Amino acid sequence: MDLHFSDAKPTAEERRAVDAVLGAPASAWDGAEQRSARDGHVAFAGHAARAQRHLLLPALHALQSAVGWISEGGLTHVCTRLAVPPAEAWGVVTFYGLFSTTPRPGRVLHVCDDIACRARGAKPIMEALEQAVGPAHEAPDGDAVQVGDAAWVRTPCLGLCDHAPAALFTVAGDAPVERSVGPIAPDDAVQAVTQGHLPEQPRRPHPQDGDASLRLLRRVGSVDPTDLAAYEATGGYQALRRALELGPDAVIREVVASGLKGRGGAAFPTGRKWEAVAGQAARPRYVICNADESEPGTFKDRVLLEGDPFAIIESMTIAAFAVGAAHGYVYVRGEYPLAIARFEEAIERARTAGWLGGDVGGKGMHFDVEVRKGAGAYICGEETAVFNSIEGFRGEPRNKPPFPVEAGLFRKPTLVNNVETLANIPSIVLDGGAAFAKIGTEESTGTKLFCLCGAVERPGVYEVPFGATLGELIDLAGVPAGAGVKAVLLGGAAGMFVKGDERDIALTFEGARAAGVTLGSGVIMVFDERADLVDTVLRIAEFFRDESCGQCVPCRVGTVRQEEALHRIAARRTLGGLQSELHLLEDVGAAMKDASICGLGQTAYSAVESAIKRLGLLQEISR
Amino acid sequence: MFLWGANPRENHPIIYHHILKGIHNGVKLYAVDPRRTPSAQWADVWLGVNVGTDIALANAMARVIIHEGLVNEDFIARATTGYDAYRSAVEPYTLEHAESVTGVPADVIREAAITYAKAKRAVICWTLGITEHHNAADNVFALINLALLTGHVGRYGSGLSPLRGQNNVQGGGDMGALPNKLVGFQDPLDSDIKTRFEQAWGVTLPDHYGWNVSQMFEAMHRGDLTGMYVIGENPAQSEADQHHARKALEGLEHLVVQDIFLTPTAQLAHVVLPAAASWCESEGTVTNSERRVQRVHRALTPPGAARDEMWIVAQIAKRLGHDWGTPQAEPVWDEVRRLAPNMFGGMSYRRLEELNGIQWPCPDESDPGALFLHGRLWAEPRGGKPAPFTPVEYEPPVEMPDADYPFQLTTGRRLDSYNTGVQSGGYASPLRRREALDLAPEDAARLGVADGDMVRITSRRGSVEAPVHVEPNMRAGVVFMTLHNQDDVRVNVLTIDATDPKSGTAEFKACAVRVEPLGQTAVAGGH
Repeated sequence: MDLHFSDAKPTAEERRAVDAVLGAPASAWDGAEQRSARDGHVAFAGHAARAQRHLLLPALHALQSAVGWISEGGLTHVCTRLAVPPAEAWGVVTFYGLFSTTPRPGRVLHVCDDIACRARGAKPIMEALEQAVGPAHEAPDGDAVQVGDAAWVRTPCLGLCDHAPAALFTVAGDAPVERSVGPIAPDDAVQAVTQGHLPEQPRRPHPQDGDASLRLLRRVGSVDPTDLAAYEATGGYQALRRALELGPDAVIREVVASGLKGRGGAAFPTGRKWEAVAGQAARPRYVICNADESEPGTFKDRVLLEGDPFAIIESMTIAAFAVGAAHGYVYVRGEYPLAIARFEEAIERARTAGWLGGDVGGKGMHFDVEVRKGAGAYICGEETAVFNSIEGFRGEPRNKPPFPVEAGLFRKPTLVNNVETLANIPSIVLDGGAAFAKIGTEESTGTKLFCLCGAVERPGVYEVPFGATLGELIDLAGVPAGAGVKAVLLGGAAGMFVKGDERDIALTFEGARAAGVTLGSGVIMVFDERADLVDTVLRIAEFFRDESCGQCVPCRVGTVRQEEALHRIAARRTLGGLQSELHLLEDVGAAMKDASICGLGQTAYSAVESAIKRLGLLQEISR
Repeated sequence: MFLWGANPRENHPIIYHHILKGIHNGVKLYAVDPRRTPSAQWADVWLGVNVGTDIALANAMARVIIHEGLVNEDFIARATTGYDAYRSAVEPYTLEHAESVTGVPADVIREAAITYAKAKRAVICWTLGITEHHNAADNVFALINLALLTGHVGRYGSGLSPLRGQNNVQGGGDMGALPNKLVGFQDPLDSDIKTRFEQAWGVTLPDHYGWNVSQMFEAMHRGDLTGMYVIGENPAQSEADQHHARKALEGLEHLVVQDIFLTPTAQLAHVVLPAAASWCESEGTVTNSERRVQRVHRALTPPGAARDEMWIVAQIAKRLGHDWGTPQAEPVWDEVRRLAPNMFGGMSYRRLEELNGIQWPCPDESDPGALFLHGRLWAEPRGGKPAPFTPVEYEPPVEMPDADYPFQLTTGRRLDSYNTGVQSGGYASPLRRREALDLAPEDAARLGVADGDMVRITSRRGSVEAPVHVEPNMRAGVVFMTLHNQDDVRVNVLTIDATDPKSGTAEFKACAVRVEPLGQTAVAGGH
């Protein structure tokens, strides 16, 4: 490679952190501190060195969590070790929200200021922090600045909307701490920053805990997620056994027959994806479990990962068996430390028990899984962006075609399925696709997880057979007496607002289509009469502007123009009057929808559009 | 692919684009070079030989291939001679011996040899790291022997490839700009050939070879050569041991220089003939590294008094009593085709245009040209004479480091500069830095110098001053400079004019120097 390194050197701490992930350097060319005589006469690099690039993200995480930021010396060491040009690595580091490229205190409280938490007390927390410790940390000018011990920052949705208001607490060091907590009280938040102490806070049980009719959530909360024996005692690994008996083709036939559609938001028929990957000639093939759910208001995958990790591993193994893959990745967003820890532990236990590795279930099947931790980028949940992220590039979506089933991870055939999608697999294999297809409606089969949050009494994940109406779901979570529902955001930031009285919308794929809305990732965020909806719309616009990867013009420019126009409207300083601004929003929105590479840009106007057209929200402002 | 004494990433950027495509398609790359050059950094394996020990490495690789039973016996039997003598000659080159001579660990040499022998297709590319030595031809033979041993020659995707450093080095040779060849590499002492040319040209040709450059300079020193006509060269700066070379040029009775720039050589001339630039101001052809003859077109009118080189040569011929009229490119080319029909016969201007160039040999107009050479060795029955093994022995560079001159200086080039800098020095480049002495960090520490500190570099022939550049890709004991900034740092004052008797090339790649800190730091900035 054409590698040009600066003279910046890593500290001993940085060197230790990186080498702990990558192993000890084999030579000075590979980053060892001392040059040996042999180094003067031989170096190994080339294909083998470049093939390590997929370790870039884990190495960057190691630096961030060891010293709290990524210095030039630390980055240079990573680049030396992985044969990545520093300029490219810089592009990767700066892509992710959880990495800091300027000195930052080791102890940081990341306070969620996204739509769900704002509706449930994020602002008092931030006000308390501002009073007690000063404003949120900002990147200092220059690398040599002294920073204090602790700071707080604002962060987009942490996926803890059922525990709002939420925060992520990180402490860098040899034994780094990463904890996501909620609900967090203002005093606790201040104490966490100033004292470094944050009380333990177990997750609340999910609202349907104990309901025997549940299929996806039945173990969550009732079976110890770290206990493989308990998992097997409650039906675990029955489906994989059955799949190994049936053979790959029969498994795929059942998945096709089930009518299962992807639960990540795109609702693509899962069986067709499996068939397509299995039908490729190229090898190796990969299975990716997309656990990067970052859609504001979405937390269902987190609940499954934290509460029933073995089920996801088993499902991935079945998928790998069906499509002929030997290696799987679970790409989990970096804001889910508990899910990552649980999952890594589960993988280890499954491997020890022979459910992963070279001889799965004693049937000679080879399959292993590794966890890849995201670093704060909404876009990495896009199915092709996740490939780039795992491969060590900026998590920018790729143009399609080629589709992932042909050329996905490392340009090989790849099956990407969402966590909830995979969670349906065991029951399909055990009961048969036909039985599964009988649940729900003809077009929307099975059960569905909905994320109820906002102004409801019992926020959380609810599992219902397809067919329930919006009103029924809201009633499940309960609306406090006397509080009228003003609006509901369906599908998250990329979804749409409906009015509080549109209770009869059937929450099926066909029902949503008929109502001109989307189920998206299953978000049902409820706003009562007191909610500041204009603030919510502004926050959504800010979110898209911030999360746009910048690769394609319509989205990069459009999300900025959209946010600016909304701010002008909100401040009653329109250019040429409200109608002119609404026309501008419509034009920009159409351009984003038509011309963006990926779903981010294509949906960046959806919520805004629905706020205008369904709620008449912006029109109200100017009256 | 072996890049052996070649740094095409910097010095042959066009072909390196093609090499990179190969790398992306999975080519395994080995780089043999004393420095870990930018090319070597792309390699799967860098073999960091001691300067001038290439024969020891090649012979040891051959020995491994023979002992591992990986020789291509069919090919050796059908297409070569002298194998037995070669096998005996390489027998003393054990891995241990090779490691002690080259510095490259034995296990690395062994793996490289086995990979080369087992490869379905393998290419060895080399450039001046092989040829700028006192035993240049022997170095080349050592590489040829490896290809013969394994049959990696004369087949698609396999071969031996000396990369050309300029767009038309090959073309110069094609046209007979060599002291012992006529157009199409024909031997002027072969009576049939001589007669054919004499008939075509209506003159009597000399019955002896001419001198190569090194021999010319020797003759100038002796006083046997008193007049010189230099076309597009800058020997006052490009020759080794520059003091010596300059004295020779200054002693000439008459020096004519034809060039597009007023080079330092031109500044010494009695007559300067400003020439048109051949790549944009005149018509003709060039031949690149892959033997592809390509048309070049006149796109611009030469400025001022600059004239087409063909016109200048014809005018000189006229003053010397031969009126050639005003020759035009195409008729001259057609004469080349008639006189070297086996190589160029089928290359009409029309076909060169249509086919985007043609690779010689191309004897007639139905021939598409040759993708590779030496296929005859594999033909059934074999065409022509068998290829001989040429056993060669390792000999160290003429001047090795010692107590007085403890460093080994090796010279070369960088990406964005061109030879003596005549054509590139006048233009700004974001990459270029002023000439500096590349030094390993260990040596810098030992001498107590850092980037930018001035040092005096002294060889037995002269002395220059330059700032230090601490370069992690250098090994202790070896220092590197380029010839690009001769107006600033006259590196060839240091180099040795030990030349290879077979090819006439000087040993630019190895001489002994002393490095002394001057206790001052250079003014920042390049030029």
